[in-house]
Amino acid sequence: MMDVDVNEAGLPRVVVSDPAAGFTPLSNSPPQGGRGPVGGLGEGGSETADLDGALSPLEGESGSGGEPPREGALGAVLDDDATLPTYSFAYLDEQTKRMIRRAILKGIAIPGYQVPFASREMPMPYGWGTGGVQVTAAVIGPDDVLKVIDQGADDTTNAVAIRGFFQKTAGVATTTRTGEATVIQTRHRIPERTLEAHQILVYQVPIPEPLRYLEPRETETRKLHGLEEYGLMHVKLYEDIARHGHIATTFAYPVKVEGRYIMDPSPTPKFDNPKMHRSKALQLFGAGREKRIYAVPPHTDVVSLDFEDHPFRIQSFSQPCALCAAEGVYLDEVILDDRGGRMFVCSDTDHCEERRAAGHRGALSGEAL
Amino acid sequence: MSAVAMLPDAETERPLLKVSRLSHYYGARLGCRDVSLDVYPGEVVAVVGESGSGKTTLLNCLAGRLTPTAGSVEFRMRDGRLRSLFGLTEAERRLLARTDWGFVHQNPAEGLRMTVSAGANVGERLMAIGDRHYGTIRATALDWLARVEIAADRIDDEPRSFSGGMRQRLQIARNLVTRPRLVFMDEPTGGLDVSVQARLLDLLRQLVADLGLAAVVVTHDLAVARLLSDRMLVMKDGTVIEHGLTDRVLDDPREPYTQLLVSSILQV
Ligand SMILES: Nc1ncnc2c1ncn2[C@@H]1O[C@H](COP(=O)(O)OP(=O)(O)OP(=O)(O)O)[C@@H](O)[C@H]1O
Ligand SMILES: [Mg+2]
Repeated sequence: MMDVDVNEAGLPRVVVSDPAAGFTPLSNSPPQGGRGPVGGLGEGGSETADLDGALSPLEGESGSGGEPPREGALGAVLDDDATLPTYSFAYLDEQTKRMIRRAILKGIAIPGYQVPFASREMPMPYGWGTGGVQVTAAVIGPDDVLKVIDQGADDTTNAVAIRGFFQKTAGVATTTRTGEATVIQTRHRIPERTLEAHQILVYQVPIPEPLRYLEPRETETRKLHGLEEYGLMHVKLYEDIARHGHIATTFAYPVKVEGRYIMDPSPTPKFDNPKMHRSKALQLFGAGREKRIYAVPPHTDVVSLDFEDHPFRIQSFSQPCALCAAEGVYLDEVILDDRGGRMFVCSDTDHCEERRAAGHRGALSGEAL
Repeated sequence: MSAVAMLPDAETERPLLKVSRLSHYYGARLGCRDVSLDVYPGEVVAVVGESGSGKTTLLNCLAGRLTPTAGSVEFRMRDGRLRSLFGLTEAERRLLARTDWGFVHQNPAEGLRMTVSAGANVGERLMAIGDRHYGTIRATALDWLARVEIAADRIDDEPRSFSGGMRQRLQIARNLVTRPRLVFMDEPTGGLDVSVQARLLDLLRQLVADLGLAAVVVTHDLAVARLLSDRMLVMKDGTVIEHGLTDRVLDDPREPYTQLLVSSILQV
């Protein structure tokens, strides 16, 4: 169906065959000048407008009518530069995106339930967000503005690569500003800024099954979810308290969604769990290797498991962010030198930057990093 | 006061478990055939017989772990109604299995979670039925460990570090913590050395009496049947060949096969 080769930027270049022509590749030639490799598109604004509609992920779907699908989409791209080989919008072919959207819709209909899906090979190894990337590819449209974070930061290799991937394959605008983004793909954090109804948060999930720790058999964990037998989750918390005197789980802290399914929130710090509760934004979770998608629709109850006498508590930090003086945010420890010097700064880099731009100053904000 | 004493008379007179004409075949091979049996509240029934006679097959059918080829198994629910086990949904059957029933395996590793602490093993059923107070769960676990003679300071140890006898006692505590009304046991003292067996039997006898438990105990050891049970079934080639009060069967066996069993084994 597709030919993949790698261009000079290291990103694979996908040549989509024309379904009407029996899947013959249109072109295998390497990209020549024009738009590539990354950037240009979207950021300028005018080109984005050109692509409006033409590349809508819903447009090219086959099914109704007899015309060959994607004709319009391909046309728009080819008009732009007739020699440029074409991608499916956002890399995945339309059939795959439809399949993923069906899984997402099912996930939204059954909040917290893990929906199996036919995870595809992506041009990145498992463990680098292949599940999240597929979900993003299935929901993103040409008007969307994408933000990608890894551990709260927009500038880490993984985040930059995924952002570049969608700039290139979907031509969407990207941003580091949480407030400007319409789709945010994340690994290990939820932005500090409260998300809004028009935003979608896509989580990269390594291990979707919260019961895995105590019950390795997939057949059995499915049954436990089906029958709502969740005693095992508390066994794990009991063990924590017995060993450490308190619930020592700080990441991937299990939650109950809408009073029914127990869900792994992915390895976000438990600090972020309360942000999931009744969020206005749609939250989608993709696990590529494990081939599971799940969802938390807007305004859904997300409750962290606990005991009456050991209630759930988020981490608290004894000092504010050293750069922007923010309190009540999740802080990362940064080692400053090899003499034990260190500081605590916002893990959400955008939040920190916005605060500093607004004039907030932390204890160490004058020092060079 | 035992649980039985608190029940109105009518309750002890109505069977808790009612088994009619139960057969199970593994394909063409006979497991057990045409077994009928009633178990009353507070009563211990032993199933004895030689290896391969169908004891485990019968027990697994009674406990809903195997679907019989023919016949019925009914259990009296807390509302007093008899319900066919196989007419229950799987969810109902599993709920029953972790509240009203216990199942003690011959091999404790099958009935325990070997990688979580003894306390969590005992507490699991409590948490499964909604107990959400750590302090209460732990206190109950400590109480049950004491009842099965496991030292309090072993509560946070994994059963992997326990002896065979301790593991079996832990398995029993784990099963009894929700005060089940009926306990199934498959060779609970098998695989243990004789002195450990004797101690475990004493403990079981005491617990069964204290809690007014009804139990079905599979064993090929007539001494176990003698010590624990009120009534016994003797099985051979998949069928029940003799059935009666334990003392009567052991002191005055009627069937030649039972006579042979008793004379050859019980004289030790
Ligand atoms: N899973 C199985 N598949 C096929 N045949 C089986 C299976 N389990 C048991 N059987 C057969 O059913 C018959 C009864 O076996 P069962 O295990 O019930 O005997 P038992 O009385 O419990 O023996 P033991 O004292 O050795 O445990 C035997 O002939 C046995 O070979
Ligand atoms: Mg057996």
